[in-house]
Amino acid sequence: MLFFHSVKQLRRLILLLILLAGWEFASRYILDKTQATLLPPPSGVLNGAIELGFSGELWKHIRDSLAREFIAFCYASVAIPLGIVMGCFKWVNEQVDPIIEILRPIPPIAWIPLSILWFGVGNTQNQFIIFLGIFFPILLNTIDAVKNIEPNLIRAARCLGARGWKVITRVVLRAALPQIVTGIRIGLGVGWMALVAAELVGANSGLGFLINDARTVLRTDYILDGMLAIGLIGLTLDRLIRYAAKKFMPWSRALNA
Amino acid sequence: MVIKLMSALKVEHLSKIYPALNGQGQAVQALEDVSLEVNKNEFVSILGHSGCGKTTLLNLIAGFEVPTAGRIECAGKEVREPGADRSMVFQDYALFPWLTVRDNIAFGLSIKGVDSATIKKDVEHFAALVGLSAFIESYPHQLSGGMRQRVSIARALAVDPTVLLMDEPFAALDAQNRSMMQKEMIRILAEESKTVVLVTHSIEESINLSDVIIVMTRRPGRVKKVIRVPEPRRMVEDTPSYLEVRKQIRDLISDEHDLSEVS
Repeated sequence: MLFFHSVKQLRRLILLLILLAGWEFASRYILDKTQATLLPPPSGVLNGAIELGFSGELWKHIRDSLAREFIAFCYASVAIPLGIVMGCFKWVNEQVDPIIEILRPIPPIAWIPLSILWFGVGNTQNQFIIFLGIFFPILLNTIDAVKNIEPNLIRAARCLGARGWKVITRVVLRAALPQIVTGIRIGLGVGWMALVAAELVGANSGLGFLINDARTVLRTDYILDGMLAIGLIGLTLDRLIRYAAKKFMPWSRALNA
Repeated sequence: MVIKLMSALKVEHLSKIYPALNGQGQAVQALEDVSLEVNKNEFVSILGHSGCGKTTLLNLIAGFEVPTAGRIECAGKEVREPGADRSMVFQDYALFPWLTVRDNIAFGLSIKGVDSATIKKDVEHFAALVGLSAFIESYPHQLSGGMRQRVSIARALAVDPTVLLMDEPFAALDAQNRSMMQKEMIRILAEESKTVVLVTHSIEESINLSDVIIVMTRRPGRVKKVIRVPEPRRMVEDTPSYLEVRKQIRDLISDEHDLSEVS
């Protein structure tokens, strides 16, 4: 989980530090007071973060957002068995595929107005939007993974005595796992973006709510803090899954090669 | 008293026609009226040019494909689907990459529901048989091609098949590894007698390993000639009897070559 493996890699931060210094200088000495309110200096953003952190506000919003993402993910994991069935049985695929193809291109955000009418403002509506973001990447990757399984692996299992259900649980599911995990990674990323959008308009808590709420009281430092938190958490989720995949499926890279 | 020996594998008047796809192209007859019999503990090679239907024949015996006509019997039972009585060694190994060598070899036994103590004992026996005891906890991607094929052989032997099927098992290996694996195969079969059907396009491989060599014609594949190897698995290269068998097979094969060029 190290982003910088050595001092040498710290060189990669040089441009970033120069930009931050320039930004700090500009906010303090070049921009007038109104402008500086709209673009507070990095030190101000840091102060805001410390305030939000100590008051507990920030953690509460992070917790609520993550909880929504997690619950939506639990629902969306239905996509895994559905994808396996669709990948294994042609007739299921024939029936379900047209529905998927119609629904898939609709961005989760486009569901926000309807979902507010259906579920009202709050957790359920948010989770529904995130669910849509997570569901399709997992489903499509699972179907694809099952379809691309090396046919000789299935044959090998069958000539060793495996049949029906055992072929699915002991070979299909395992062989498809690396790509399913890729689907989960992409899905959680899309879901995280959809979450923030859903919270902007339909929530009383969460990071999306935090930055929109801060707008109404002109706390641009809080807005930037919220944005940073959204970005860092998204990045961390992605890295965590990559790390877990590498650790628990050491063979998966050899499979994809 | 007449003792009737039951053959391990019996193929009767087998034909396979692949129909034209969606009305396009032509139907292909891969096999035509193939009959053969393999006795218990006999090593039979099916030899022919690529495209002679020899792999199709093996896939039909394994039950991966269904014959257009004819019948296959394994130990007196008609073949209708794949089963552990006919385990296969594939050219591309087809090992389960998510399982260690140990669990790959154990796969068939655990499907069968064998208890874990027996599985452990059997797996260690077969790993030792193919010379991989030291790599039992490795994953396939950590092994060389020759070692992977050893795992594949151990995995197929572990289910104690009536007939072991081998589809060009050493074709993906370099020449040195190939000849070593052939010697290993002879050693393994000396320890663990088995009925084997091997598909190959290598004349030398078939002479080195077989009791019986079945030479196939070009498409549609038919049995051209059945040859008994004079001293099975003790043939020494470049001795007169070896050269004679090799010449006989070469002539049969090159006949096929000329025919195809004429047509």
